Amino acid sequence: MKKRKERIDRGIKARSEDIFALCSFREMLYLLVPRAIPVLGLLGLSPFLSAYWQEIFISTAIYALLAISWDMLISCGLVSLGQSLFYGIGSYIAGALNYYWGWPPLLTLPVATIGGGLLCTVFLLPVLRLRGIYFAMVTLVIPLMFLRLVEATRILGGTEGLTGLDSFPTQLTALYVIQLALLAALFGFRRIMGSDYGLVITGINDNDRSVMNAGINIHWYKTQVLFLASAVGSFAGAFGTHIDMFAGMPGFALDYAIMPIAAAVVGGMGTFAGPMIGAFILVPLSEILRALGALRIVFYGLFLMIFIVALPEGLFHYIQRKYHQFERWVEVEK
Amino acid sequence: MLFGTLIYGLINSSILALLAMGFNITFGISGVANFAYGAIYIFAGFLAWIFLNSLGINYLLSVVISIFCSMVVGILMYQLIILRIRGLIMSEVLATFGLGLAIMELFRYFDFVGFRYTLPVFFDGSISLGGVYVDYQRLFIVLIALGLTLFLYLFTHHTKIGLSFRAIAQEERTALTLGINSDLYGALSMAFGAGLAAVAAIVILPLGTIAVEGGYEVLINALAVCIVGGLGSTVGILIASLLIGYAQTFTANYLEPHWMILVSLIAIAAVLIIKPSGLFSHQKELEERI
Amino acid sequence: MSSSPMLQVNNLSKYFGGVKAVSSVSFDIAEGELLGVIGPNGSGKTTVVNLITGFVKSNSGKILYRGQNITGWAPYKIINLGIARTFQMVRPFYQLPAFKNMVIPLYSPRVKKLAGGKYGDRDAVALDLLEEVGFERDSFVSYKVASALPQGYLKRLELAKSIALRPDLLILDELFSGLSLAEVASIVPIIEKLRFQGKTILMIEHRLKELFRIADRVIVLNFGEKIADGLPKEVIESEEVKKAYLGIEED
Repeated sequence: MKKRKERIDRGIKARSEDIFALCSFREMLYLLVPRAIPVLGLLGLSPFLSAYWQEIFISTAIYALLAISWDMLISCGLVSLGQSLFYGIGSYIAGALNYYWGWPPLLTLPVATIGGGLLCTVFLLPVLRLRGIYFAMVTLVIPLMFLRLVEATRILGGTEGLTGLDSFPTQLTALYVIQLALLAALFGFRRIMGSDYGLVITGINDNDRSVMNAGINIHWYKTQVLFLASAVGSFAGAFGTHIDMFAGMPGFALDYAIMPIAAAVVGGMGTFAGPMIGAFILVPLSEILRALGALRIVFYGLFLMIFIVALPEGLFHYIQRKYHQFERWVEVEK
Repeated sequence: MLFGTLIYGLINSSILALLAMGFNITFGISGVANFAYGAIYIFAGFLAWIFLNSLGINYLLSVVISIFCSMVVGILMYQLIILRIRGLIMSEVLATFGLGLAIMELFRYFDFVGFRYTLPVFFDGSISLGGVYVDYQRLFIVLIALGLTLFLYLFTHHTKIGLSFRAIAQEERTALTLGINSDLYGALSMAFGAGLAAVAAIVILPLGTIAVEGGYEVLINALAVCIVGGLGSTVGILIASLLIGYAQTFTANYLEPHWMILVSLIAIAAVLIIKPSGLFSHQKELEERI
Repeated sequence: MSSSPMLQVNNLSKYFGGVKAVSSVSFDIAEGELLGVIGPNGSGKTTVVNLITGFVKSNSGKILYRGQNITGWAPYKIINLGIARTFQMVRPFYQLPAFKNMVIPLYSPRVKKLAGGKYGDRDAVALDLLEEVGFERDSFVSYKVASALPQGYLKRLELAKSIALRPDLLILDELFSGLSLAEVASIVPIIEKLRFQGKTILMIEHRLKELFRIADRVIVLNFGEKIADGLPKEVIESEEVKKAYLGIEED
């Protein structure tokens, strides 16, 4: 008798759909626990980390924000190889506001977020109409251009950048600001993509002509998605500026472009939680491997490669599948 | 000054064209992403150096063996990595990039850094063209670039293997129904691309030292030329390398060298915004814009 | 019925490189009419539709919808005026279930406006619309992912997506192609119901028998030119049309 593997939703998943989840505590826990883990894990554990690990944590959170921003763009079919553009622009706006006009972080952060979002959207507007791969290549090139431009024209501090900027009042404040931002981005974006608006976005990714045919102006929707993603990225940049107390050319570094993509691929594209998990694996890993010197990048590259080949769907998709469904062997029907 | 710029512009363009060719064969023509391209370039260079200096093998033989080894690496990469993620472009890009990263930094770890890592030139001496001194090696590069371009053009348009490469990129299912073994040709195209990277390395590296950073630069330059020229078009590579090569050389001679990269980047952005599929690509107009 | 036609196409032309896809085509559609568009493969029928709905920009000519010049408009604007079309090669959102496919047209500005700003549960409306085109409610076929549906259902889904937009002019591009006689027979009543509701319909078809039963008027395209325009039985008798479809006898 031949057998095949069958995948079925778990009973508890079916029982916790919609309003039926309120029936009993088991169903409610089934839904709440996955959401509670990041919230409690981040907010609850982070104050107890040592100062060194808190710094790593903050750095990880910044990369996680960039990764979530990347994931938003990919949900719309836009492959961004230039997350560093968002980071750099946000970083410079906050840095300049603080350096030249002495604005405190409380003000520079929101202004840099919205302003950075607007600016980046305006820069990338002409390329929105291009197909995915061309959009990707232009996003790769534009941050490099800005880098060279700043170097050549020496504006905004040139190669030295803007130094001596204000930091946050306490380490704890910084810690909580970034975590709340991260959780807001995570849950916010998941909510957006779960709604009908998100369906339209998924449709644009899937088959843009069909969405055009439904009377929807896809360019306006793409612009909105771009704004959301770039605003989040700019926030990361602005926040990083105040943590480092420095804004400069390294803000446009390739690292800020490549790491979010790696995090998303490792963690699972399109899920927002996946990129966050990916960042929380890759950044500390990169830090731990620092002890190995140059060998670190070797391990890093190999890790990336093996992971992508062994689990291309990403961690979160895998975990989600195991959580919601179970597999069993069934006899092949005649 | 002008004449010198014209000559060195041609040389620069030839270098860029040579770099782009191997990348074009895999990514542009066969649709297989190989972002370990720069790593293979460096690998071939270091391998030839090791054969020549540490093992004392004759230079010509070292060159041939290292080209062969690069091709083997290409096939291995396909079998072990690409095969499992074929079609997921983002994954292909990242996996090969990760491997390339590992290879390049491994060389750095084993201390392959320094001025003693050079390859000998094929031809010594130089010639004076209208008052400008050009060494034979650089002329050799121009010749090789022209020769390879011609060869690749004929290859991809008139030989079975070349046409199969194009087939699997354009419409894989149809290619399969016509009996074209997509995996075999994918592996072959990676081998070809790696081999061409090795050839480029052997010919270009003698101009300077073999440095790990060179690997990153090679990848970016190859990508730039392919994008501007249009992925897949051999003619496009030629024209694009001329454009970017001359733009770089003019900027270096008439403005300051550090504006060089900015000009190339602006050229890339401009082409992508105006005619995204590159200047000479085969993509239809309708597929570019939405 | 108004005296001026609903859609006027004047001397529309489109060249793709050296190929004349559409060459000076002119025709009208009156309100409430069902116009058939027939012609051999490659005669430019789908291109005409692409030109009318704005997916392709014309080289010359004018398109007037209810007196308004819509030549060169973006597709979403034209569709929000009340024109809807189906695609010859169906374009569903394969990753989504059938009824979720419907939600996207229901999200368009036109539908929002017609519903007075508030829409209610899009999922429920989607399921109702699907039932109208023949997705049996008790088989739960509406919940199936689009990639799992057979061609007959996909064609109906395509039709439903267009109807969801509440168009006044509905353009159907080879809706019947790839369907069995039984499936065609089950879709025809749906089209007749739409006509009864007062919608104007333009149908491109190859299946002449089914088309001629329901069409008021037919135009024939060949190599991008209009070669006939009139009642179905007139058009079928025309020498030119016979030559285009069947060819000339070699002596």
